[in-house]
Amino acid sequence: MSILVCIEGDEGIIKKTSIEAVYYASETGKIIGDEEVIAVALGSYDTAVLENLGNYGATKVIHVNDEKLDKSQIGVYSEIFAELVQTTSANLVIMSKSSFGDNIGGRIAGKTGASIVSNVVALPNVSSEFEVRKSIFTGKAFATVSMPEGLKILLVKRNSVEVNQTDDKAVIEQIPLPNALNFHEKITGSEKAEGDVLLDDAEIVVSGGRGLKGPENWDMIEDLAKALGAATGCSKPVSDQGWRPHHEHVGQTGVKVSPNLYIAIGISGAIQHLAGVNSSKVLVAINIDPDAPFFKAADYGIVGDAFDVVPRLTEKVKSLK
Amino acid sequence: MKILVCITHVPDTTSKIAFTDNNTKFDVSGIQFIIGPYDDYALAKAVELKESNSGNITVLCVGEVNVEPTMRKALAIGADDAIRVNANPTDSVFVAQQIAAIAKEDQYDLILMGRESIDFNSGVVHGIVGSLLDIPSVSPVMKLEIEGETAKMTREIEGGQEFIEVQLPVIAGCQEPIAEWKIANMRGIMSARTKPLKVIEPVACDKITSTLSYEKLPAKGSVKLIPAENAEELIDLLKNEAKVL
Ligand SMILES: Cc1cc2nc3c(=O)[nH]c(=O)nc-3n(C[C@H](O)[C@H](O)[C@H](O)COP(=O)(O)OP(=O)(O)OC[C@H]3O[C@@H](n4cnc5c(N)ncnc54)[C@H](O)[C@@H]3O)c2cc1C
Repeated sequence: MSILVCIEGDEGIIKKTSIEAVYYASETGKIIGDEEVIAVALGSYDTAVLENLGNYGATKVIHVNDEKLDKSQIGVYSEIFAELVQTTSANLVIMSKSSFGDNIGGRIAGKTGASIVSNVVALPNVSSEFEVRKSIFTGKAFATVSMPEGLKILLVKRNSVEVNQTDDKAVIEQIPLPNALNFHEKITGSEKAEGDVLLDDAEIVVSGGRGLKGPENWDMIEDLAKALGAATGCSKPVSDQGWRPHHEHVGQTGVKVSPNLYIAIGISGAIQHLAGVNSSKVLVAINIDPDAPFFKAADYGIVGDAFDVVPRLTEKVKSLK
Repeated sequence: MKILVCITHVPDTTSKIAFTDNNTKFDVSGIQFIIGPYDDYALAKAVELKESNSGNITVLCVGEVNVEPTMRKALAIGADDAIRVNANPTDSVFVAQQIAAIAKEDQYDLILMGRESIDFNSGVVHGIVGSLLDIPSVSPVMKLEIEGETAKMTREIEGGQEFIEVQLPVIAGCQEPIAEWKIANMRGIMSARTKPLKVIEPVACDKITSTLSYEKLPAKGSVKLIPAENAEELIDLLKNEAKVL
């Protein structure tokens, strides 16, 4: 029996969340009895990058090295993964909870008849049944869910496991692109954010709200983010008004982040915004209004004018470097 | 164009989440239920498409009788008819099988739903339905245009967006800014009362997950406030006390 991990990458770089998925799989393998952990990578990757998945517990990497797969087409990826589930007789499939995992995990479940649990936040408990803990109500609660016998798919929420590394290398098996794939979706282009740090992967996020008054004041946010090596985010009205791009919108209806540090500047702390940040390790609120609801959720706070406070914080961070 | 819009019936986003019966049941007392916000975008998009292309919108909800007021809201906003699958929606595969069973019987050009429900946040139903029906599924879709038999979509990817074209039929998991939320007008509310709402029993689905217990997020300690005049101290605290820098 084996555990299959669906790898998500971007231009030959494996996402941090996929590395967490590999580690989650290998720890789960130890719990359910030394299973083989097979990572599957589709598209162009350097061999060394794939071998290094062994560092996180992959015993083998199945690689379909074909540039037709460089863009992750939902349909084709799912077909290939679903087929490999059968040929490797996997009993468990692990991937990250992301837009990739949502689409592909769902399709594999439909195709293979597997059961599926998304947003998993901890290793399974197999003392009686196969039980997993998942985040629900947009981070406001957890549920413990039991899964039926047979093939299972888990989508693991980011930062749910603390990854340890070894020097082990994975064995690579190259396989050709299967025939008779249906390339239904035509990807005609893409646009990427310009910032250095992606919001989803960031350890630190600096986020601005309507309190910043207009897009012309975002230099201040970007300067602090740059000094901290952080990604920038914003509240919904800020992206609705086009002050910032939509993919920076954090909250219930936007990106859910779980960084080590989330700094909210001029954001009131509406429950819908907090829903997207409540799994951050440390929350900081900077707001001119001492009654802003964000202070009820925050670990640290400064009651003050962002236009005064933020540049001083940036200077202080720079002085520590 | 025949459009199926799948909606969830979920607690309003401002709800206080609590559990009863020894943490095995969601506490519905005092909770206001709404159409899932993402599903509401899907519905708004369907109404826009109908306005520009004509057609029919069927709204589908898997739920017990208590979801009917939420479904009537969708009819008031602009759906033409409704189907309720009489079952408690506790598992993604189960819900997807219900949707697929209906879509197999009645061919739709477009199946729209939210990218995820805001109660269980699983976000996988669109994909499961897609593979059960063997048609493409795409999520989260921020922009959707129909040109003849082609759906042109903008999908959000981490830190950017991707442009996709597929042939109909297709399933899209929707999110903003695909359309603006619509509010029912008086005429819509009146007509919703008499629009057809069909109730059907679920198809069988054997391998489903079950929720054993719930747990609320542990309460936060109180905030440590740093006076604005010593704002710089925050950085020291983050470095030395919280150890996140
Ligand atoms: C269904 C639904 C879903 C939603 N989803 C989301 C979501 O995903 N994300 C989201 O963010 N919102 C969401 N919202 C909107 C949410 O309810 C709030 O309206 C929104 O978060 C408010 O944004 P804000 O904090 O930037 O603005 P405001 O609430 O206007 O707050 C601005 C804050 O800035 C402070 N301020 C003003 N001047 C200064 C200054 N000089 N220095 C410091 N502080 C200052 C003010 O005191 C105030 O607290 C949703 C709403 C609904 C109904």
